[in-house]
Amino acid sequence: MADKQVVKRAKYKSSVKDPGIAGVLKLTKDRFVFMPNDPSSSMKLNVEFRMIKGHKFTKEGAKQALLNLTQDQGVNYIFEFENFPDRDICKDFVATAIAMSGEAGRTVSESAVTLQDEQLSAAEMERRIKLLQENSDLQKLHKQFVIGGILSEPEFWATRKKLLEQNYSRRPKQRVALKNDMWSTKPLSDGQSNRVTFNLTPEIILQIFAEKPAVRQAYINFVPNKMTEKEFWTKYSRAEYLHSTKNVVAAAAEAAEDEELAVFLKQDDMLVNEARRKIRRVDPTLDMAADEGDDYMHLPDHGLSRGNSKDVMDLQYEPYRRSFSQHLNQHAAVVLQGRIIDVELGDTRSVAEALARTKQAELAKDVNDVNVDKDCSERISRMAEIEDLQAPQEPPVAPLSIKDPRDYFDSQQANALNTLGDAASVTKQLKCSVSSSVAYGSLKECISVIKVWELTEPTVNAEVALKVFNGLTQNISSTKYHLGRNPNETVLDSLPKITKDELLHHWTSLQELLKHFWSSYPITTKYLSTKVMKLKDAMSQIYPKLQEIKESVQPDLRHHVSLLVQPMLQALDAAFAHYDIDVQKRSARSGERPNGF
Amino acid sequence: MKFQIEDVTVYFPYDNIYPEQYSYMVELKRALDAKGHCLLEMPTGTGKTIALLSLITSYALSKPSNPIKFIYCTRTVHEMEKTLAELKLLHNYQLQHLGPAAKILALGLSSRKNLCINPTVVSAENRDSVDAACRKLTASWVRQLAAENPRIPTCSFFENYDKFASEAILPPGVYTLQDLRAYGKEKGWCPYFLARHMVQLANVVVYSYQYLLDPKVAGIISKEMQRESVVVFDEAHNIDNVCIEALSVSVRMQTLEGATRNINRMAQEIDRFKATDAGRLRAEYNRLVEGLAVRGDLRNTDAWLANPALPDDILKEAVPGNIRRAEHFLSVLRRLVQYVKGRLQTENVEKEGPVTFVASVNAQAGIDQKMLRFCYDRLHSLMLTLEITDTDEFLHIQTICDFATLVGTYTRGFSIIIEPFDERMPHIPDPVLQLCCHDASLAIKPVFERFQSVVITSGTLSPIDLYPRLLNFNPVVSRSFTMSLTRDCICPMVLTRGSDQLPVSTKYDLRSDPGVEKNYGKLLLEMVSVVPDGIVCFFVSYSYMDGIVNSWHETGLLKEIMQHKLVFIETQDVVETTLALDNYRKACDCGRGAVFFSVARGKVAEGIDFDRHYGRLVIMFGIPFQYTLSRILLARLEYLRDTFQIKEGDFLTFDALRQAAQCVGRVIRSKADYGMMIFADKRYSRHDKRSKLPGWILSHLRDAHLNLSTDMAVHIAREFLRKMAQPYDKTGAMGKKTLLSEADLEKMANGNLGETMF
Repeated sequence: MADKQVVKRAKYKSSVKDPGIAGVLKLTKDRFVFMPNDPSSSMKLNVEFRMIKGHKFTKEGAKQALLNLTQDQGVNYIFEFENFPDRDICKDFVATAIAMSGEAGRTVSESAVTLQDEQLSAAEMERRIKLLQENSDLQKLHKQFVIGGILSEPEFWATRKKLLEQNYSRRPKQRVALKNDMWSTKPLSDGQSNRVTFNLTPEIILQIFAEKPAVRQAYINFVPNKMTEKEFWTKYSRAEYLHSTKNVVAAAAEAAEDEELAVFLKQDDMLVNEARRKIRRVDPTLDMAADEGDDYMHLPDHGLSRGNSKDVMDLQYEPYRRSFSQHLNQHAAVVLQGRIIDVELGDTRSVAEALARTKQAELAKDVNDVNVDKDCSERISRMAEIEDLQAPQEPPVAPLSIKDPRDYFDSQQANALNTLGDAASVTKQLKCSVSSSVAYGSLKECISVIKVWELTEPTVNAEVALKVFNGLTQNISSTKYHLGRNPNETVLDSLPKITKDELLHHWTSLQELLKHFWSSYPITTKYLSTKVMKLKDAMSQIYPKLQEIKESVQPDLRHHVSLLVQPMLQALDAAFAHYDIDVQKRSARSGERPNGF
Repeated sequence: MKFQIEDVTVYFPYDNIYPEQYSYMVELKRALDAKGHCLLEMPTGTGKTIALLSLITSYALSKPSNPIKFIYCTRTVHEMEKTLAELKLLHNYQLQHLGPAAKILALGLSSRKNLCINPTVVSAENRDSVDAACRKLTASWVRQLAAENPRIPTCSFFENYDKFASEAILPPGVYTLQDLRAYGKEKGWCPYFLARHMVQLANVVVYSYQYLLDPKVAGIISKEMQRESVVVFDEAHNIDNVCIEALSVSVRMQTLEGATRNINRMAQEIDRFKATDAGRLRAEYNRLVEGLAVRGDLRNTDAWLANPALPDDILKEAVPGNIRRAEHFLSVLRRLVQYVKGRLQTENVEKEGPVTFVASVNAQAGIDQKMLRFCYDRLHSLMLTLEITDTDEFLHIQTICDFATLVGTYTRGFSIIIEPFDERMPHIPDPVLQLCCHDASLAIKPVFERFQSVVITSGTLSPIDLYPRLLNFNPVVSRSFTMSLTRDCICPMVLTRGSDQLPVSTKYDLRSDPGVEKNYGKLLLEMVSVVPDGIVCFFVSYSYMDGIVNSWHETGLLKEIMQHKLVFIETQDVVETTLALDNYRKACDCGRGAVFFSVARGKVAEGIDFDRHYGRLVIMFGIPFQYTLSRILLARLEYLRDTFQIKEGDFLTFDALRQAAQCVGRVIRSKADYGMMIFADKRYSRHDKRSKLPGWILSHLRDAHLNLSTDMAVHIAREFLRKMAQPYDKTGAMGKKTLLSEADLEKMANGNLGETMF
């Protein structure tokens, strides 16, 4: 930091909507001070950066230039600046200041831990610290386990290598994939007239354009100069219909009469060209085309015919043949490539043009790309290695990218709840079993009562009964049926904040512990066995805490909480059971060994 | 790691080695020491290739005074690339440990189509047009003309290479086809001719089977290989078929019509030469009188495919007088074509031996056996004299001469079959005359004779005693290795019933039953929802696959399958299939998961690996029997019965089951890998069929898995996948060592650890 302090005009706001108090913000190396313009105002701030855990800011070009500093206990300091450059200067200053103070604060605790570890580079350290600052959950875990001495620093980070390497902000935006659904050309005919109807939606049109470049090109060429959009699609549907009848001769005849129709009926030359281009880039370890080029044994008509004779067909019909397998492959390739354009689907023309542009860009990239060969040979040599004959290598896996992890796990939870709920109902039924004589007696009584009343009027009004029943069970059924369906509303939100936080915290820490626990098996070294022991102790401490939570909540929520806690307890039980069995096995084996040798 | 096998220090590029790899090397070394041939079967997924490469290169390094050459034959180009990639790995390791002493030259060789870097030549459609396009630029007479007339185009890469002549050599290293092209581009030399030249000097040559087995190709490429060579045929379970195909020719109506056109064109050329350069034809005549069929000093660029007959059987005498003159030879060819045309007019299937055929040619067309034998060489000479460069146009007459030479050379082991139409489509006339070889030992005989050690190896060579009989040789070592597994990482199952408990089969009467098709579809649908990543399905034929996939599409089953995974399919078009495979791998890599539909005996089944996540499950729909009504197959079966006393049924089952085993064996590549195999046909549950599967599959096929229905199979799959996902101890727990370290091997050499193996 060249200048040791920054002074800017800013407004302090208690919330984003608050008009704010104008004043001067002064940032120094270890603290920030806010002095309101109105000296009588009590809103003076003087906070050390040590207390600040993170900062957020609005995007450039947003309505307000805001900077939000968050403190530990959920206290926020929001400042609005007059312009973005001012804000950015402060933002950068704050970022470095937080990092510095964080580092200073942690060095004490960390130096103790990292003593015996490998020397970490400063950059690596910085990355870890940054990650901890950005992710408060992680920070909590780190504090609990590493500083608590259950896991060592490298152990903790070993499972998070990927997190360290990737940068959240650089990760590409997730896009919704194409549907893997072939537009089946099965026409809807009403059976009476000869009319055949096809349904086209913007989504289908996108798919057609992506799978059949010739149709796309034809659209760009023909519409709207030569024919209207409707005419175009009618013609296309006609071609599809002809294909679906598999009558090649008829297709050829129609194509001869109508040259626009012929475009759809003929084989897609653009696809053929593209295939020729792509085949040069293909992995040589599966290049069967190269194989054919080397095969002198199968000169035309040489060798034995291979048993699969081709259909004999006149050459003039050849271009009109189209196989289903070809379509299948092309479809899968397009789905695999995913949504490559970012255009509103409604406008057919812009979709077509955007697709054409991306294809062209791809082509240009291909020509310029020289690294492909190198990448390819690297990949082959990696593939050639036999993995288990050597020390394990980190496989190059793509990081799992789920848009909102909590959504995903909540829906998983819902699945678990469903099965759990079913199991519960079964056990309840079992408990209700009564001796047959008693049951018979009560049934008899009921019948006699009904005989007397003759079912003229029910004991309870049906509507009332339903209402009462719904009222009683609503809580259970609503969670069971609504959970996971609506991602914005979860059981967790209905819990008091403290319980929710505690639950989530236990959940994450349990995940962490279990991950380490299972990955240490099979136990081959002394080190691993002590690690497992430590982990097991830590887990057994969580166990009673979970029970406590379950009991501490309000009775009406207890059902939900116990359903949430149940899977955790099960996971723990499984881990403990495995631990016990393993201990037994090992003690038995070590008992054997002296005799065996 | 580095260890001793007797007097040889073996360099192995990994930290550990499987015990079976070690024993494989020991056996291989024994065969090399004895300078004899050997036959080794080792299951896929045990690193056969690297064990082979590692032992043979180390063996060569340990005997620097008497260097042996190593010729490695693969069936396909992509296997060649894989082998070279492994060799690269090994070579780097050896360089690290031995320094420059370990330097070797290893290269792959392929056709011009795969090696050419001249953009105008390589853009040609197929292999033959690339060859012809190259010849148009590099034939000696073209270059002579170009020297006088600069407007005649030549190939700059070839000219550059030729300028450096003997100085143009490759520095030591391992070169894949890609590397060769890159080197050629860098230097401006033609990679094809450079590689052709370097093959003679290289320590390791990797090329495809036919470069040794097919006399046409072997005659120009492998002629000068030294006797002190070790030849390896990898993935050799189909080697008998390759041998047979190398000596078989089929002639169709189109061939004959094309041949007539070729003859007319040559007649025109002869007339033209007579008018302008009569001396040339006379010179050829004189040369033929002197007994030289083809000049010995032929330049590389002019060389054509060599004589289709085996080198020992080619007559070393002068060309008979009556075909020495070009016009006379052409009229002989005309008569021959006319005669064959007449034979194709038949309405019945005809089958006869070469002797009868030659006799009737002699009687009806006046061409005797000796003239037939010289047809190919005489044609070759004439084409050179006429300076024909567009050889791709002359394939038809070449085929006819191939046929004539073979039929004139061999009297037994062959038969000639004329079929007026395909048995399956009797309404479409498609006459074909086939000269088929039945004796697989013919083509491979010169290889056994010429080279000191020939190694035949594959994952499936059972029954191992059948191969020496089929190929007629005496191996010094013949062994089949089992696989020691750390855990049960393969899970074969026999599925006999569908989800409705009705039997499933591709037997002729059940094949097109919609119930069976539906059951097969349901099986796949259940599996795609259970198995992660890649699934491969093999069908018995293209037509069956097309039919069933279409019916799945119509009934909506395919749509449901596509809800879970992407679907790719093998087609007859190799380019499309290759791209589909590439996409399939991408889909597996990115976690999307995919299904690949393929055909047993097809190109994909022959050589593509579906290891690791590329194949967690293989489903073999039906038993891939050969088309049993084919005349060629019947003739071969008859021959096998007469000469080797092999029963027809046994051979057919053996052949079908080796194909099935080959298909499913592609799922596993190392012991850390895992995969399931489903044999979906009720006939697999019968002992006579099942017992023909290789031992390493049978040993994992539990009795409880022999008669499953779809729901049971799904249950087993779930259990298996869950079990495999658990961490395990790689070195082998239950008293058995499945992974050896350098220290283990040392102990073993001292005889301490021997009992813990196997």
